[in-house]
Amino acid sequence: MELETCNFSYCKKPEIIEVETDLLLIGGGMACCGAAYEGARWANPKKLKIIMVDKAAADRSGAVAMGLSAINTYLGENEPKDYVRYVRGDLMGIIREDLVFDLGRHVDDSVHLFEEWGLPVWKKMDDGEAVDGSHPAKKLSEGGKPVRSGRWQIMINGESYKVIVAEAAKKALETNKQATGMAENLYERVFIVKLVLDAKVPNRVAAAVGFSVRENKAYVFKAKAMLLAAGGAVNVFRPRSSAEGQGRAWYPVWNSGSTYAMAFQVGAEQVLMENRFVPARFKDGYGPVGAWFLLFKAKATNALGEDYCVTHFEKTKALYDPYASKLGTAIRNHMMMEDMKLGKGPILMRTHEALAELGKTMTPKQMKHLEAEAWEDFLDMCIGQAGVWAGNNIEPDKTPSEIMPTEPYLLGSHAGCAGLWVSGPTDLGAPKEWSWGYRSMTTVKGLFSAGDGVGASGHKFSSGSHAEGRIAAKAMVSLCLDEPDYKPAISQSIDQLVGEIYLPFEVYEKYKNYSTDPYVNPNYIRPKMLQARLQKIMDEYVGGVSTYYMTSKTMLDSGLKQLEMLKEDANHMAAADLHELMRCWENLHRIWTGESHARHILFREDTRYPGYYYRGDFNKVDDKNWRCFTISKLNLQTQKFEMSKREYVQLIPD
Amino acid sequence: MPSYVITEKCDGCKGQERTACMYICPNNLMKLDRDRMKAWNQEPEQCWECYNCVKICPQQAIEVRAYADFVPLGGNVIPLRGTDSIMWTVKFRNGVLKRFKFPIRTTAEGSVNPYAGKPEPDFANLKKPGFFNTSSDLKKI
Repeated sequence: MELETCNFSYCKKPEIIEVETDLLLIGGGMACCGAAYEGARWANPKKLKIIMVDKAAADRSGAVAMGLSAINTYLGENEPKDYVRYVRGDLMGIIREDLVFDLGRHVDDSVHLFEEWGLPVWKKMDDGEAVDGSHPAKKLSEGGKPVRSGRWQIMINGESYKVIVAEAAKKALETNKQATGMAENLYERVFIVKLVLDAKVPNRVAAAVGFSVRENKAYVFKAKAMLLAAGGAVNVFRPRSSAEGQGRAWYPVWNSGSTYAMAFQVGAEQVLMENRFVPARFKDGYGPVGAWFLLFKAKATNALGEDYCVTHFEKTKALYDPYASKLGTAIRNHMMMEDMKLGKGPILMRTHEALAELGKTMTPKQMKHLEAEAWEDFLDMCIGQAGVWAGNNIEPDKTPSEIMPTEPYLLGSHAGCAGLWVSGPTDLGAPKEWSWGYRSMTTVKGLFSAGDGVGASGHKFSSGSHAEGRIAAKAMVSLCLDEPDYKPAISQSIDQLVGEIYLPFEVYEKYKNYSTDPYVNPNYIRPKMLQARLQKIMDEYVGGVSTYYMTSKTMLDSGLKQLEMLKEDANHMAAADLHELMRCWENLHRIWTGESHARHILFREDTRYPGYYYRGDFNKVDDKNWRCFTISKLNLQTQKFEMSKREYVQLIPD
Repeated sequence: MPSYVITEKCDGCKGQERTACMYICPNNLMKLDRDRMKAWNQEPEQCWECYNCVKICPQQAIEVRAYADFVPLGGNVIPLRGTDSIMWTVKFRNGVLKRFKFPIRTTAEGSVNPYAGKPEPDFANLKKPGFFNTSSDLKKI
């Protein structure tokens, strides 16, 4: 098909708004809110400008939009090196230990701030009683004891978690506005879709372009330092749900891989993009199981009552040790799936037995409280699951509940470690290749990342993402102060860039009257179909649910051929309105993320993450050849992926 | 569980530039039909059921109907969000009712004073690990 271009012959040109800033924060989730808070404090006395651009409204954007019932990373009495050991064990032996250690020694301060700002944190009182966050108690920073659901997790009443964190970030931005005299520094409902390299300085990012999803306005932000922290990638794979329920993704449905795709397209290195997360969650609603496992001590078994972590242990050890013995998330998933394949499902969380066991030592009043806690776990962070239970008449004290491995997700902050390769701290003895520049900077100068964006360092969760955003912002200020004379410049014309953004409008307007149904037209593809095609390819060839997460070289080769054509067809996407234009760009980012994922899986010739995906042709953990980082980089001249290995170094002994 | 708007209760936020639900939806789903002055969810299959539109609606005109592709009809989960706590009513398909109340914040909305009592940044520490308010040396390996 002929290549489509947009010179506004058919669609109307939007108003173009050009803005210059020192720091640009792309995203409004935990990481960018952390960056706004820390960044403004350093930037204000130096009159450096900070601008935050959020696709949604900061009060309820990002992965914490719904709320959370726990903060999964709070070290407290623990040592950062033990945190490294835990993350390394869960992520099958390959992590950036410098990044994880650094996170571990910084994260608690963010949690203390959340509590100071008003986040209710459960406390363990002197008599051992656990009380919710509304009870008067010593704050964590004053020695108050959290209620731990696991070694690293603490319980909160987190319905308003994001609202509270956003309030602090918005106030911080306000102080920066006053310090610098900027008219506006929080742009909501503006979707950044593309980064632009500097015209004069090689390998340096200079601008970010995007559009308002509400008004016909296009934006060009020029910045000296950018934090790209726009979340992970959801709905790259065909979801288990077939209709309405597709929105009930486990991770936020609006995370479309923008972080990875935009950074990759300007030449930033990605690391471990073969990694994915397949959480085992309550079926369909994808409600959290952590509190049930950790706090209420519920057991999951097959339908016959057998513990798959016992029955499949020896076989699993033979294939996947030394990691199988650590019983990490992937390994437990694997053993569960083995039972599912044997027809021993459904897999059940035995909530009724756990509550009965706890009831033996509790008063009826305490039991009532416990029931509320169990429901709060859903109502704080996955309300839909409460709806699934209500609709199915499931009362957890009476019946067990089905759990299920979800479709795959790509992310870097939860129990996964896909993402960008960034520069680490200088004081931890890490190899030079890990720490070559400003902290948190990607391999493109001026481009930083945090949260889901940073690879090889999972298990940051909400608090860690906030802390990592703060770490990055400080380094961004440092870069701006070191190079006060740098002025970002771009070589492309603004009209050309905006034309690229609005291309789906042009295509739609050009062809829409050719057929009587604007949804079926041979000249273009609407984003919904494009997404369906991507999801089907990823599912069937790249190890989705339909093959029980199984793939191989031959399957990946076929899938990649189809992804190539899908990428070509993305040039023919059509959008009838701004909302659909947003979907077009999200799906373009998803395609790039999906391709990265497939190419990394193809490159890595072992099954590093059983329970998440399998290479049928290399179905074992091969530490001799593959205990290493896998790196991908886009050759900007040829537009081809370049894959390489990078040495893993263990900084913390076992 | 996509959100839906109850025709009778929605007043389109009285013709303001945008409705409360449009303001808050993280996935840009809520739209205002200006002819009818009623809001609607334009893409229910992309609804995460975050309930932010339900919680913010000043008319309590928005509810959620469970995803029809896997949840039997008849249940309902309804929040009432106040300034310091939230009340939930969970109605089962078989009529069982459960009510819960949870705290949501310990400070007044809008009261965050982000840098109150915090030290000024020390630019001598700009290139070292730690935040602007880190007072002690950070751990090393």
